Amino acid sequence: MATTAAAQLPALSDEAAAKALFAERARWRWPEIAYWIAVVLCMFAFPTHLMLIAQVLITGLFAVSFDLLVGYAGIASLGQAAFFGVGAYTTGLIAHNGWSEPITGLLAGALAAGLLGFVFSILVSRLTGIALLMITFGVGLLIYEAAHSAHDITGGDDGLTVGNLSPLLGLFPFDFLGHTAVGYTFVVVFLAYLFARLIVNSPFGLELQGIRENVRRIPAIGVPVGYRYMVAFTVSAILAGLGGALLAQITGTVALGFLSFDRSSSVLIMVILGGIGTLYGPLIGAALYMVAQDRLADLNPVYWNFYIGLMLVIVVLCARGGIVGGIARIERAVRSRWTRR
Amino acid sequence: MIANFLNIAFSGVAYGVLLFLMAAGLAVTQGLMNFLNLTHAVFAMLGGYLAVTLMNGLGWPFFATLPVATLGAALLGMLLERTLFRRMYGADRHLDQIMLTIGLTFMAVAATTYIWGPNPLPVRLPPYLTGLVHIGFLDLDRYRLFLIAVGIVLITLLILGFERTSFGAKIRAAVDNRRVTASCGIDVDRLFMFAFLIGSGLAGLGGALSVNLLSVDPNFAVAFLAYMLIVVTLGGQNGSIKGALGAALLLGIADVLGKYYVPQTGAFIIYTVTVIVLFCRPNGLFARA
Repeated sequence: MATTAAAQLPALSDEAAAKALFAERARWRWPEIAYWIAVVLCMFAFPTHLMLIAQVLITGLFAVSFDLLVGYAGIASLGQAAFFGVGAYTTGLIAHNGWSEPITGLLAGALAAGLLGFVFSILVSRLTGIALLMITFGVGLLIYEAAHSAHDITGGDDGLTVGNLSPLLGLFPFDFLGHTAVGYTFVVVFLAYLFARLIVNSPFGLELQGIRENVRRIPAIGVPVGYRYMVAFTVSAILAGLGGALLAQITGTVALGFLSFDRSSSVLIMVILGGIGTLYGPLIGAALYMVAQDRLADLNPVYWNFYIGLMLVIVVLCARGGIVGGIARIERAVRSRWTRR
Repeated sequence: MIANFLNIAFSGVAYGVLLFLMAAGLAVTQGLMNFLNLTHAVFAMLGGYLAVTLMNGLGWPFFATLPVATLGAALLGMLLERTLFRRMYGADRHLDQIMLTIGLTFMAVAATTYIWGPNPLPVRLPPYLTGLVHIGFLDLDRYRLFLIAVGIVLITLLILGFERTSFGAKIRAAVDNRRVTASCGIDVDRLFMFAFLIGSGLAGLGGALSVNLLSVDPNFAVAFLAYMLIVVTLGGQNGSIKGALGAALLLGIADVLGKYYVPQTGAFIIYTVTVIVLFCRPNGLFARA
């Protein structure tokens, strides 16, 4: 897509070319429009599965937060669940201790995760490669163990009960069927998605991709890599924390699973399956993963793991680009046939 | 009090030896190929399962199962390296490597559950390897003594092999500079294959030797992966055998001491120390300057 804009370069002035490039990057692709329409349709078509839909949306947000880091900045991490869990525990603890207003609680969770991401990014800004991976892995395990050990605060293995939230905006009480929960989740996740889109389609997003492509050459055009890493980490952590906080609020509990390595690795799987570095690919990947898990895990979780593993191996070996990449390839093939006739 | 402490430290050393055997291969392959292998713990798990199955099902003596466990894991390692891992070499492909090896680990855990069931297998060792030995004022566990003895032999062999043989010299050369090594006419591709063969074989042996101390269940491949990665990370990412040994002993002793004296903090201390060391010395405790 970017190549078409670049091909027009000679005919345009630099400024116009840049504008065309950014307009092309920010264009809504049809799979992402289809995703959001499908979500809205599902909310009306499956009124008994509202909680599942909300969880699909939240997992999608978590995957988007991770894609920002791994797909755009090229920072592979094995500890993204740390930010998700810290957001969830912060929001959970605030409500648990009596502050029941949902929106401030949500923002506090996102803020706490962002703060952690910021501090973390300062410390890791000089690391690369395996050392960076190991430290994200280590910090993930560390925070998990901290939550596990601090039984008095977090409830440890028993989990944490969030407690009742007061009505949203003072108007909509949280009901058992999840009407308020799913609407609330939809609005928050959609806004967060717009925000993520804005970021990756800005010049900043382009710089991140430049860092991903060549971390040595990008400082030569005047982009400070360490500083960009810090912003990417912090924004990614805020979005992940927002997801965790939302899940804590709508399910009413926070458990150690929010911080687990399983969560960090499954988000990696969703991003790769959906299509890395596209934002909407991970959204779709997360939805398929969640729905498949919901359908198949009842049969036998063991087989589920086997097939997930197999899917990963196949995607890595021969289906680069994931689902979105596959769709784009089919689209291109169909288009070229059409234009030939 | 002191006897008690020494007993615990002794257990820690035995545990450290075990960790070293399981992680040594990972240290070499990660240092040599810059390849992040999250499947490594599967080799150890396979070794453990092979040993227990042969003992319980076919009544083999414990010692006879060790070569089979080593060989089985070595062959699996070589097979994976030849068919899959070699396509993923390169420092810019860490993400692909993670995805591939996590996928394989998921499959291995599921397959193990399918074949052997989800519960830990019971282990019965011959009587001459169980019980206590009285040395002075210490009561030492006989199996752990055996483990340390085996460990000393293997570690000596490994270090000699790594530092005194031409194969070891080639590996060290390839770790330092792969291109120049290849241009000297050394077949680096074959070197990789043998490094994988030996590394996964050692992990299999470590797994087989661990059946009496650790639980042989499908979760093994995930539970001990973290420890192996910590050993490699702290030991230094340039394939240093001695670094991995130091890190494994340190980790083993710290873990056993921590679990005994401050059980409520769990693995918290280990992870904290790892993270702090990584922040201060990203290339590991024993990294060459």
